[in-house]
Amino acid sequence: MTAARKILTSEYWILLLCAAYFVAMAPFTPGFATGGNLANVFSAMLPLLVVATGQTVVLITAGIDLSVTSIIALASVTGALLISGDQGLLAGHAAAVPVGVLVMVGLGGAIGLLNGTVITQLRMPPFVVTLTGMMFFSGFAIWLTEAKSIAALPSGFLALGKNPWLAGAIAAAVAAAGHLLLSRTLLGRWLYAIGHNPKVALVSGVPVNRALILAYVWCGLCAGLAAVLITARLESGSPVHWRSNLLDIIGATVIGGTSLYGGRGKVLWTVFGVLFLTLLDNSLNLLNLSHFTIMMVKGVVILFAAAMDVGRSSWLVVRGP
Amino acid sequence: MPTDNKQPTTNNELLSFSGITKSFFGVAVLKDVSFIVPAGHTLGLVGENGAGKSTLMNILGGNLTPDDGQMSLGGEPHAPAAPKEATCAGVAFIHQELNLFPNLSIAENLFLAAFPRLGQKVVRGSPFVVCGSTDTTRVHQRTTNDEQRAVSRGLPWIDRRTLRSRTTELLRQVGLDHPPDTPVERLSAGERQLVEIAKALSIEPRLIILDEPTTSLTSRETEHLFALLNRLRERGIAMIYISHALNDVLRLCDSIVVLRDGAVVGQGPRAEWTVDRMITLMVGREMEQLFPHRPRSNLSPPSESTAAQVSASGAGSSDTLLEVAGVTQPGIVADISFGLRAGEVLGISGLMGSGRTELARILFGLDPLSRGSIHLAGRPIERLSPRERVAAGLAFLTESRRDEGLCLDASIADNLSLVSLPGHASGPAGWLNQGTMNASVQSARRAVTLNASARDLQPVKTLSGGNQQKVVLAKWLLNEPRVFILDEPTRGIDVGAKHEVYSLINQLVGRGAGVLMISSEIEELIGMCGRILVMNRGRIRDEIHLHQFDRERILKAALHDGHLAATAANPEAAR
Repeated sequence: MTAARKILTSEYWILLLCAAYFVAMAPFTPGFATGGNLANVFSAMLPLLVVATGQTVVLITAGIDLSVTSIIALASVTGALLISGDQGLLAGHAAAVPVGVLVMVGLGGAIGLLNGTVITQLRMPPFVVTLTGMMFFSGFAIWLTEAKSIAALPSGFLALGKNPWLAGAIAAAVAAAGHLLLSRTLLGRWLYAIGHNPKVALVSGVPVNRALILAYVWCGLCAGLAAVLITARLESGSPVHWRSNLLDIIGATVIGGTSLYGGRGKVLWTVFGVLFLTLLDNSLNLLNLSHFTIMMVKGVVILFAAAMDVGRSSWLVVRGP
Repeated sequence: MPTDNKQPTTNNELLSFSGITKSFFGVAVLKDVSFIVPAGHTLGLVGENGAGKSTLMNILGGNLTPDDGQMSLGGEPHAPAAPKEATCAGVAFIHQELNLFPNLSIAENLFLAAFPRLGQKVVRGSPFVVCGSTDTTRVHQRTTNDEQRAVSRGLPWIDRRTLRSRTTELLRQVGLDHPPDTPVERLSAGERQLVEIAKALSIEPRLIILDEPTTSLTSRETEHLFALLNRLRERGIAMIYISHALNDVLRLCDSIVVLRDGAVVGQGPRAEWTVDRMITLMVGREMEQLFPHRPRSNLSPPSESTAAQVSASGAGSSDTLLEVAGVTQPGIVADISFGLRAGEVLGISGLMGSGRTELARILFGLDPLSRGSIHLAGRPIERLSPRERVAAGLAFLTESRRDEGLCLDASIADNLSLVSLPGHASGPAGWLNQGTMNASVQSARRAVTLNASARDLQPVKTLSGGNQQKVVLAKWLLNEPRVFILDEPTRGIDVGAKHEVYSLINQLVGRGAGVLMISSEIEELIGMCGRILVMNRGRIRDEIHLHQFDRERILKAALHDGHLAATAANPEAAR
């Protein structure tokens, strides 16, 4: 009883669930528990972690950013159009890679700024603003490239996604920055308060609009950086990169324990959620299941994890965190 | 006193608690509570916040189960496992926070749980409470003397005609003559309370529990309510009346039970009680005086100001902290001018809707103003955002703790530090100094003597109302405000906590701050303030100095032309 309670109320319970899943699946899944595969899992989770870290911050404010996948698509093609050796504007230029990366990240930040400004100044629901943003920007990315992908990216750029140490360092830095932002800065404490109750926050002197805009900018910057990792990993800029991964991003965050209703969440939890989802994907792929079966199994497992979290929350409510 | 011949049971005892005991995580909340509610009786249940009243009522209503002890209702054991079972046994609740859906009509609110359906067979006007697995089982059990009530399921369409006629009948019983399809959002607080009672009556209750039913009512609405409760008592319905308004309890109840720390510390018929005796038992000590002493100088010469033109006394003097001149927002407030000095508690009295809360929101920058100026310590602040006003030294305790005062799900520590956070942040990143932040949280807890057993990381919603209010005060005190606007600072909290809030106000003004205190309790203003402004229809109608304090004069100014105003805004109040 008390042991069960300890596990359920532990911050690390999703991590424990990952371990349990790994142990349970390893005997049945060929090639699951090999070093090479685990390295695969590691590099596959990095872009997801970067973009989910941004999403965590927005969810904590009781908002949501559905435009992240369109930011990835648009940043991917814009960056590629700049630095591609075939047709890029900066092709062959010495500063092509740093400028390209900055433009991609900056573009994400700019779209985040636009989202946040529209949400706070026009007082529109984040769902509607970012949903329409997603439609517009993914459409724009396709129009820009005539639905083609752009290859011949410089090797210096490709290293950002292909070198696991480099990509790992980038993702770790983003996660650490997100963690510190939320737990150790004024803005972070404000964002939690806004997520709990924006009216209380306003009366207590919190600059609610400014804080919300910064949350969306942060989320956009993370999506832009994720676009760098994805574009480099896949060696091409394409408007269809990650077009169907939106629910993975939100799902990983929510499985980690961040509440869709705001006020509750941590980057650390998101790290665990991302690991869980990536392990799940990887093991199902190794089992040679069809795409459709994988989707079905994933749906069931995510529902199960979410149901356990509901039970867990009610324990926490009774016991206090 | 009710007569016995109306009672549904032969026994005179309707409800009994015997030896009810309950603890949460090892802390005893109720200790061997025993008392009886005779049929047709109104019993007053009083006690400080956290004395165990709510827990006891939750047990009665099936939200909690007792660790030990029994209840019986109408001679049968009463052990509801869920709220629905208590409802089916004829126990109706009327909560402090009204539980109506403002966007739905009166009729929809009344029958939300079980709409009358087309094709439903009903013998005699009966409750549409769905009890047990089939709709009929439990209803029969409690109405064996009555005709059998067969309620069949019917078709899945709402029977609009029955809905209307049943609603009209219930509204007639509570004396409310609105059409059944009036949206609840158009009703005043008092009318909504009547709808709540109609909802309670729709289950044909034997026992109604009223928890602080008058907190949001005007005195006229309270009178309506009491007249209705007396009519219900004549019909033989028993009631448990929970309130901090002890005069009302004394007036309304046949007998009174006092709870302290989860135990019954006094019970007896009304004749045995006075308000003082109740207070003494509730707090467990002699309450010397409710309002702690503070020297209150009569600061300004009382030039008999007429109601129409109130002098902005204090304006321009050197120690004026807050100077308000000609503040106007059409339809809300008009031409408000006054000055608040250092060390002064300035009261604002007025009915609900007189513009007092709206004025506070304008002063704090939450609502716009079209004309006028506001100076804080000589600096114009009327163009500043709430954030900048807070930084300039303004604080605002809002009327509603739940909506605007506290993040209920967040921890005590997070709530306490929210306002003063910028003071602990440094650098462009806003890096927080955890050490000084924690230290300030601890000092805030000590300053307001917050319940010592509460942990810093516990959600603030687990605290009692009085302790929650202390958290709101403490979070502002950490910012060392120069002017503190308090809107109903003691609403819904018990006498002990009230006394502590008053002491905190005195400490604050003792340190040279100014307090603007808005309250609908005239006694509180007279006990605390050096000067009282009376608002009515968006204007200041009177300014009364300490030596002139007089209930009647305040009420007159507050009600001056008030009939017309109330009638225009709310035709129901004129009846």
